[in-house]
Amino acid sequence: MIKEYLTISDVAGPLIVVEKTIDVKYQELVEIELSSGEIRRGQVLEITEDKAVVQVFEGTRGVDVSNTQVRFLGKVIELPISLDVLGRIFDGSGRPIDDGPQIIAEKKLDINGNPINPYARDYPNNFIQTGISSIDVLNTLVRGQKLPIFSGSGLPHAKLASQIARQSKVLGKEEKFAVVFAAMGITFEEANFFISDFRRTGAIEKSVMFINLANNPAVERIITPRMALTCAEYLAFEKGMHVLVILTDMTNYCEALREVSAARKEVPGRRGYPGYLYTDLATLYERAGRIKGKKGTITLIPILTMPEDDKTHPIPDLTGYITEGQIILSRELHHKGIYPPINVLPSLSRLKDKGIGLNKTREDHANVMNQLFASYARGKEAKELAVILGEAALTEIDKKYVKLSDNFEEVFVKQGEDENRTIEESLDIGWKLLTILPKEELKRIKDKFIEKYLPTDITTEDKNINAIKD
Amino acid sequence: METAKIIKVAGPVVVASGLKNAKMYDVVKVSGQKLIGEIIELNKDLATIQVYEETSGIGPGEPVFSTDMPLSVELGPGLISSIYDGIQRPLDILKSTSGNFITRGAEAYAVDRKKKWDFEPTSKKGDKVISGDIIGSVQESSVVKQKIMIPYGIQGEIKEIYKDKFTVTDTIALIKDQEGSIHEIKMLQKWPVREPRPFKKKLPPIEPLITGQRTIDMLFPITKGGTACIPGPFGSGKTVVQHQISKWCNAEIILFIGCGERGNEMTDVLLEFPELIDPYSGKPLMERTILIANTSNMPVAAREASVYTGITIAEYYRDMGYNVALIADSTSRWAEAMREISGRLEEMPGEEGFPAYLGTRISSFYERSGRAKCLGSDDKEGTLSIVGAVSPPGGDLSEPVTQNTLRTVQVFWSLQDRLAYKRHFPAIDWLTSYSLYLSGLTEYYNKKIGEEYMELRNKSMALLQEEAELEEIVRLVGVDALSTHEKLVLETARSIREDFLLQDAFDSTDAYCSTKKQFLILKLIMMFHENAEKVIEDGVTIEKINALPVKAKIIRAKYIEEKNLKTFNEIEKEIISQISSTTD
Ligand SMILES: Nc1ncnc2c1ncn2[C@@H]1O[C@H](COP(=O)(O)OP(=O)(O)OP(=O)(O)O)[C@@H](O)[C@H]1O
Ligand SMILES: [Mg+2]
Repeated sequence: MIKEYLTISDVAGPLIVVEKTIDVKYQELVEIELSSGEIRRGQVLEITEDKAVVQVFEGTRGVDVSNTQVRFLGKVIELPISLDVLGRIFDGSGRPIDDGPQIIAEKKLDINGNPINPYARDYPNNFIQTGISSIDVLNTLVRGQKLPIFSGSGLPHAKLASQIARQSKVLGKEEKFAVVFAAMGITFEEANFFISDFRRTGAIEKSVMFINLANNPAVERIITPRMALTCAEYLAFEKGMHVLVILTDMTNYCEALREVSAARKEVPGRRGYPGYLYTDLATLYERAGRIKGKKGTITLIPILTMPEDDKTHPIPDLTGYITEGQIILSRELHHKGIYPPINVLPSLSRLKDKGIGLNKTREDHANVMNQLFASYARGKEAKELAVILGEAALTEIDKKYVKLSDNFEEVFVKQGEDENRTIEESLDIGWKLLTILPKEELKRIKDKFIEKYLPTDITTEDKNINAIKD
Repeated sequence: METAKIIKVAGPVVVASGLKNAKMYDVVKVSGQKLIGEIIELNKDLATIQVYEETSGIGPGEPVFSTDMPLSVELGPGLISSIYDGIQRPLDILKSTSGNFITRGAEAYAVDRKKKWDFEPTSKKGDKVISGDIIGSVQESSVVKQKIMIPYGIQGEIKEIYKDKFTVTDTIALIKDQEGSIHEIKMLQKWPVREPRPFKKKLPPIEPLITGQRTIDMLFPITKGGTACIPGPFGSGKTVVQHQISKWCNAEIILFIGCGERGNEMTDVLLEFPELIDPYSGKPLMERTILIANTSNMPVAAREASVYTGITIAEYYRDMGYNVALIADSTSRWAEAMREISGRLEEMPGEEGFPAYLGTRISSFYERSGRAKCLGSDDKEGTLSIVGAVSPPGGDLSEPVTQNTLRTVQVFWSLQDRLAYKRHFPAIDWLTSYSLYLSGLTEYYNKKIGEEYMELRNKSMALLQEEAELEEIVRLVGVDALSTHEKLVLETARSIREDFLLQDAFDSTDAYCSTKKQFLILKLIMMFHENAEKVIEDGVTIEKINALPVKAKIIRAKYIEEKNLKTFNEIEKEIISQISSTTD
């Protein structure tokens, strides 16, 4: 039964208060019809015996208290879904915007989903080759992982994300995959970049896009990622596909949450974000994963721009506390002309350990990774020292470390936007770099791997970038 | 049946009117879907309820049913190897009854009602017993014998005691009390989670809880019955350290609470623990482990309850006389759950929006730890250690949860992201961490591990301290300004860090290190240092010392298998001979 009311008593920010309500449920879907005939959608945030607080996704501009009609639809927000969604583009609330037909729904799914029973999960351990050395070797992505990109305004996160989407594959297998893309408050240019990149590579056929642009309603951003993840769950766990979900930009999502929270006059947490931001983000991010006995998986790459490049800002901070690592982009590397500007030291993939090694990537992978990390870190440290005291103050061995770290950025991290390196190629570049150091310094590598993989045809004297690059 | 009604729904908080005889912390069932909730505020006719399940689709007018019972856990055989959610619903059973996703209103007994256990009586007819007395046991897993205790509040004479296969609800004994009434004793007990289980008295902890982690056991040890916290920013290694402790510590029972953290981390434990072998019992680790998993995406009120559910079960095993370790990852998520509920109650917020009672809740949680003389006439002793992770926003330790925790715990393992970036794991900062148990443990360590233990520890700590000071100088004027001796200090400190403190949790040999081996590695390093000091006085250069082949053996010493500890002797000899040869 649909209930209709003309009893709006308050309008505040994105919220309206409807009085004299009967039998309204928490989180019920609401339709608001303005006097102009325009229809907007909303959701019940709080409900008492005769009063409902409703958030309006498209904002409250033009809402009045006397003529606006409110209908409670007797259900929560649902996504109509079938395999026909592949190749389609929707707005932030799931309405087609690509001139295609309405989706004939196989079923309608509650966009909030349900938490995966931890007992039903399977541990993600299938290596995904992205073709990007600094990810594959040092911050390995696996199927079912949630690995965000922490970026800053003006940094090439969009390029990187679409390169990952384009190149990702699991070695030795041909399997059904799909990309679900959700844009929250990004610019037309950025959205267009993704759409045309997906078109260029044919990926669009296997993609579902939910687009909320910067000039679209802000509060709608709260449901956009839920639409996307519900769609991903359907494709992965009901249709057996390997789904890569890209959510961009989570910063805009969080700001929409903050707006609603402020309008409800809730006690704010840090920097005005609501105290439940962690829980809210977790209900999105934790929808990634693998389930025992299911073929499909959801791998999640949320992108966020760190305000002021500050990693301790609540949005990156709470994200990092939930996700299984993070890829951090560096403005400094970007200025040096290095693409992708991945700052490998603070970046991390927590699931790498079970996704690498013999039969997965290569036996020497873990050792090479640890050695490259440690050596690069030491080189960077020595370099800082050299900035203050001059090169001369460095010991001979530290000079080698500095050289290694410079080369590391130039030939290992840096690569082309369409350059797709195999894991062996990436590891071998790592080995070549390590020839810069005396063998005794390779403390983190087992002797048998040194014997097997350390190139011997490169002279230990005078290695410049080009010699390494060869 | 009561006819109470919902009058308000706001997220996990529901207000109901008309609940008769409602008591604080009573469990209620909300709406026709029977969602589980707990009364957390009473105001005249109105009861505020925190609901342990998602409340969408619930609205005013729907019924609320009281159960007249406080939120309780079930205690009895069958707990070991289980995985529960925050209110002790068995997740493995829920998966088989309701599928891969947790749906609402799902119910299942925490302790299996059908399974029969071999009850082995240890008391006999006519024995006089009091609360806490052990009257028998069942073999709960290959390593854990669950002792069946006389429930709290009952004492008298055993009229009957049976030896047979029983379910947890069968009567195993009859007790006649002083008034002559008969009590049926069953293996299943219930206990309200918010009430600490009683014991006779608390005793000071005296033994270390050995974790197999060098930085912890040698530098900042925790005791059986002690408390420790691990604060650190994301990715600094809290979970890995806690997993390491759960795997390798010498407690008999492990309770791991995944409180508002990742689902995959629980899966990791579930898949790994049955495979890993406990170095003490030789049996799979899962045979001594109980998991509570209320992950970050599961309902927030149940997250608040999860730490209480966990600690009550832990206390139950302590009461049997076991050494129990409770690992909570992360207490910050628990505190945030309190904050969220408090916010919905529109309570006056304290610091950073946390409720004013945050400090009391944290300290009374940690107070449930300790070494205790248990109830019962046999004066058995049990211990309960607590290790809690703290996840400070932005890694800033001045925030309320860290500060309130530091006020009560005795051990502080400070994780630094700067160390994690260098992949120095465990990223426990040696300069700021501390253990207040150290002095109390000196005697134990000196006796059990080696007489020079304390001296060795203090010397290495002093070297690390000196390194920090020397690094300041190097940063200002360069390494050339240092004397040969100072250069040696830097070398040895590096060796302590890389060859001793650094411990790879993912290396099969290095993951666990016995205290004996820990001591031997540290001894090698310090021995090298002391011998080198002597020859430096005779003018031997640092380069010459660094080039000694035995250094490579020190580096690899951590990979020496536990069964080959004799090798250390040989390396010690090589150190002495090689260093003395430098003066030739
Ligand atoms: N002892 C160790 N040995 C090897 N690697 C480690 C060790 N400790 C941590 N790591 C590495 O650091 C990563 C992050 O550790 P962990 O998941 O424990 O962090 P955390 O502090 O619990 O973070 P969060 O607060 O986000 O949960 C691990 O996935 C692992 O790669
Ligand atoms: Mg963790």
